[in-house]
Amino acid sequence: MSGVTEPAGAGTRPRAKGLTRRQRRRVSRGAQYVVFVAAVIAFAFAADWGRLQDQFAQVDIARQMFPDVITLALRNTVLYTVSGFVVGLVLGMVLALMRLSSVGPYRWVAGIYIEIFRGLPALLIFVFIGVAVPLAFPGTEIVGGTYGKVAIALGLVGAAYMAETFRAGIQAVPKGQMEAARSLGFSPARAMISIVVPQAFRIILPPLTNELVLLFKDSSLVLLLGVTLEERELSKFGRDLASQTANSTPILVAGLCYLLVTIPLGFVVRRLESKAREAVK
Amino acid sequence: MSSSAQIRIRDLHKSFGENEVLRGIDLEIGEGEVVCVIGPSGSGKSTLLRCVNLLEEPGRGQVFVGGTEVTDPDVDIDAVRRRIGMVFQQFNLFPHLTVTENLTLPQRRVLGRDKAASARTAAENLARVGLSEKADAYPSALSGGQQQRVAIARALAMGPQVMLFDEPTSALDPELVGDVLAVMRMLADEGMTMMVVTHEMTFAREVADRVVFMDGGVVVEQGTPEQVIGAPRHERTRHFLSRLLDPAMAEVEEGSSDQVGKAG
Repeated sequence: MSGVTEPAGAGTRPRAKGLTRRQRRRVSRGAQYVVFVAAVIAFAFAADWGRLQDQFAQVDIARQMFPDVITLALRNTVLYTVSGFVVGLVLGMVLALMRLSSVGPYRWVAGIYIEIFRGLPALLIFVFIGVAVPLAFPGTEIVGGTYGKVAIALGLVGAAYMAETFRAGIQAVPKGQMEAARSLGFSPARAMISIVVPQAFRIILPPLTNELVLLFKDSSLVLLLGVTLEERELSKFGRDLASQTANSTPILVAGLCYLLVTIPLGFVVRRLESKAREAVK
Repeated sequence: MSSSAQIRIRDLHKSFGENEVLRGIDLEIGEGEVVCVIGPSGSGKSTLLRCVNLLEEPGRGQVFVGGTEVTDPDVDIDAVRRRIGMVFQQFNLFPHLTVTENLTLPQRRVLGRDKAASARTAAENLARVGLSEKADAYPSALSGGQQQRVAIARALAMGPQVMLFDEPTSALDPELVGDVLAVMRMLADEGMTMMVVTHEMTFAREVADRVVFMDGGVVVEQGTPEQVIGAPRHERTRHFLSRLLDPAMAEVEEGSSDQVGKAG
């Protein structure tokens, strides 16, 4: 920066405390390593390893959970998530198109929906679907029982976020694409469906996958709806077993099952993102 | 030539907010005629072109294409646009489709042609622009010049009666300009009605039947290329041409504006 004004030796400032910049950097980094190693050693000595293993890693209890934790709990978690995601995807797409519509009331309705459902905790929505709706509309039965309720609750939550993602994706498609399509004789709706939306989808694939991960975790809230034994998913399953056995191992196993799905998905997102970056070039 | 006017523009006005871009344009383009519109940036020439297929909505005035009034509020604009091919400065190919799909999808979705017919038309038009071997490539794998030729083929595949070109070579590397101009020259020789906004004076001089010089939202002068480019009558035309033909000779002007006569 100052290279222009100082003709000679611009970089070699007078040495502060006898250390060069490089030496100071080395000292600072070394200090950080020392603190880190000290913290790890302190934790290793302070922890009661026998007790921790007893509480979290009892092999017989873990073994007892199989195969149900996969065939029932994980299966239900995936089922809840995917059904909620599909509902959210469709509803989110509709909301995004309403948000971008030239018809005022469409924009307002979509805007109000998004503001409300983005601002409410997912937990509250589950309580609303599980308790308030049956009380407010007696005699109504949500199709699909618990599965239907979860799909709607997760869908309502996911749609608000996905609508914003869709909107950003549609707006990221260059204006020239719509103009080219219109100049070829496409109607506005046709141009949107055939030309703009497919391109928007590619742009938003990474954030959409992130949304899937969020819904995957939120599916644990289904326990608020009061589920039968057959409808339990990972969190409920783990918690039930944990209280039965008075041990935390089931919680750990359930947690690992979540990571079994979310970590690969995260990997996929990063791959998609780097691919998208390349495509832009 | 005016008896079979393909494009007729009457007293066209267009404003963007306070900025009046077109201030009463009258222009007729006959069947098979090639008209080049030239002028400094900001003169309104691109806006004029975009008003012809209603990508811009004019404030006042009328536009007729092949006898249909484009500016009629009740016109079926999608039907009119099928008869008007448009080529953009930035090509605007659909990047998620292959070259062939870029040509077949509009035919199938807009004209309702079946798979075989649209594929045949696509192949014919790719051959016309000399890009048959790129049929299965994606646009990102093509050079700018190739992309623009595909864009021309895509417009031609719809069977237009009129072709509009909006600075078709301005985004190209200089060595790629020639291929695109060659395709346009071929179209002109085949008798296509063309309205071309361009800075390519050589093309205008050799291919155009008529050159229109615009500045400040009005047509300053028009005539044969020999008249307008060879012997311009107006000072503004002379000034513009001298700057275009020899940019290095331009001098720093008062207000350092590149839009001469914008206020006037």
